Amino acid sequence: MENSFLQWLAQPELTHYLMLGAMLFCIGITLVLTRRNVIMVLMGIELILNSANINFIAFSRYSVITLDGHLTALFLIILAAAEAAVALAIVLNIYNRFKTIDIDEISLLKG
Amino acid sequence: MTEHILESIGLFIPEIILVAAFCAIIIFDLLLKKRTQVGGWILLAALLLCGIALAAQWGISSSAFFEMIVIDPFALFFKFLLVVSGVFIILFSMQNEELMPYKSRISEYYMLISGMMLGMFLMVSSTNLLMMYLAFEMTSISSYVLVGFTKKSIRSAESSVKYIIFGSVSSGILIYGISLIYGLTGSLNIFEIGAAMSAMESTPVFSMALLMVVTGIGFKIAIVPFHFWAPDVYEGAPITITALLAVASEIAAITMLIRFFRISFTGEDASGSFIMIPEGIRWDMLLAILAAATMILGNLSALWQDNIKRMLAYSSIAHAGYIMMGVVVMTDQGISAVMLYAFMYLFMNLGAFYVAMLFSNKFHTESIEAYKGLGYRTPFAAIAFTVFLVSLTGLPPTAGFIAKLYIFGAAVNAGWIWLVLIAGVMTIVSLFYYIRVARNMFLYKPDESAGPVRFDNATLAVLVLLLAPVLVLGLYFTPVLEFIQHSLAMYGM
Repeated sequence: MENSFLQWLAQPELTHYLMLGAMLFCIGITLVLTRRNVIMVLMGIELILNSANINFIAFSRYSVITLDGHLTALFLIILAAAEAAVALAIVLNIYNRFKTIDIDEISLLKG
Repeated sequence: MTEHILESIGLFIPEIILVAAFCAIIIFDLLLKKRTQVGGWILLAALLLCGIALAAQWGISSSAFFEMIVIDPFALFFKFLLVVSGVFIILFSMQNEELMPYKSRISEYYMLISGMMLGMFLMVSSTNLLMMYLAFEMTSISSYVLVGFTKKSIRSAESSVKYIIFGSVSSGILIYGISLIYGLTGSLNIFEIGAAMSAMESTPVFSMALLMVVTGIGFKIAIVPFHFWAPDVYEGAPITITALLAVASEIAAITMLIRFFRISFTGEDASGSFIMIPEGIRWDMLLAILAAATMILGNLSALWQDNIKRMLAYSSIAHAGYIMMGVVVMTDQGISAVMLYAFMYLFMNLGAFYVAMLFSNKFHTESIEAYKGLGYRTPFAAIAFTVFLVSLTGLPPTAGFIAKLYIFGAAVNAGWIWLVLIAGVMTIVSLFYYIRVARNMFLYKPDESAGPVRFDNATLAVLVLLLAPVLVLGLYFTPVLEFIQHSLAMYGM
């Protein structure tokens, strides 16, 4: 039992990568939902985007002949960088206004 | 290959004009530091040119850049709507007092709007999931910055951070869903996905992917339960950006949803009638439940809002629910009802936001309670506001009535009686909060000290431009219907 699991682990296939992707996605969502610090939430978002990347590359490598998946992953990396840049600028502005980056304390708008 | 690219560039002229405007605004901003509104005029000229370039594409139906985007009558119709809303937004922005303290960098604002317009143009015309996602993100990233543009305002700063967090999470969920669809079908091209789907059985993984895609796009349309960002963001953002988000970006996202679902997830059975693929999946029921929830929650929450922007935000959510009824039907009749609704909604919602902006400029208040007596101080603007609100409610003889009539008719014909019942009841509920604004304006006497207020001629001209379609289209709308009949054809259907 122990041995066969190790053997399965030692021969990576599509399933392994998909499981890694799914795990990263879940960790990302958990971070977003539980963390109150905006920077940690942004890191969770990066994890979500990277989990999609792993999926794309794994599918592209193991099941289809086209390079669509690889290309998509490249675009996604650039996009994640652009989004992070904008997000950090906005967080900096928030820090200047509120002197905090705790999401719970940034809540003037309600109703 | 070279020929195909050259041919594609020929079809891409409207978008190229927008990119050129984007660059021109940066350059002219550097050269003419003093002329603060130059960016707005450049973008206005570019949008008018863009409208002419679009008119030249009338009747063309072809794909470009290796089926990355298509140029078809369906996309053309929505591009026209986007151009019209863009022109109005720029005219509004030039008068918006909120933006005045940021005069020295106002060109950045127009530059970002042109980037957002480009993203929305691509959203309505893309036929490749990667292109769709890139267009989606282009719109989103520009709008994150625009929402926080008045960065000294504490509310604007808060709404932009909320928007970017919720927005990036939902777009992350969208791209994860797309990666699953890619894995299931082996393609990112929505025509190939449609072909693969018709040969497939529905699996749990597929349902999950579909749910993720609906989450991502539903966030942009602001349908319940993915709407929670909308009231806060709409209230905090500069009001011109609120109007842009509530009208243009909502319409673009709905168009993207229609095109994707129509091409990839519908097919024809042996008798030629419309079915959902892959077999065994009822995405129309999912969308119907979301539409019903959106109408109920949007209208009920709008009842106790005092801030006019927040009230209009909830009303926009409710209208997204009405439009989703047409998407649920998805037949030609349903889609033409959506197009008619989008056309009417554009004028009446922009009009309501415009008057709200004028009042906020003059009286420095966004509170509906503070509107008391305004009907006597500025009769024309107050009457126009009332017409827009009556039209948003859907009462004759305004454009909103025709729009609701067609969308309810399409839903009844397709057998969605319960959905129409909910929509009907919610329309009555909406009467309360729309009419409350009119009541405050007309049924209270103004203070003795408060004199009449006049707006300048340019303001009144823009107001008439918005008011005329709302009144005229309520009585005579045959040309619009004919335009829509010509615009129903999607490339590849």
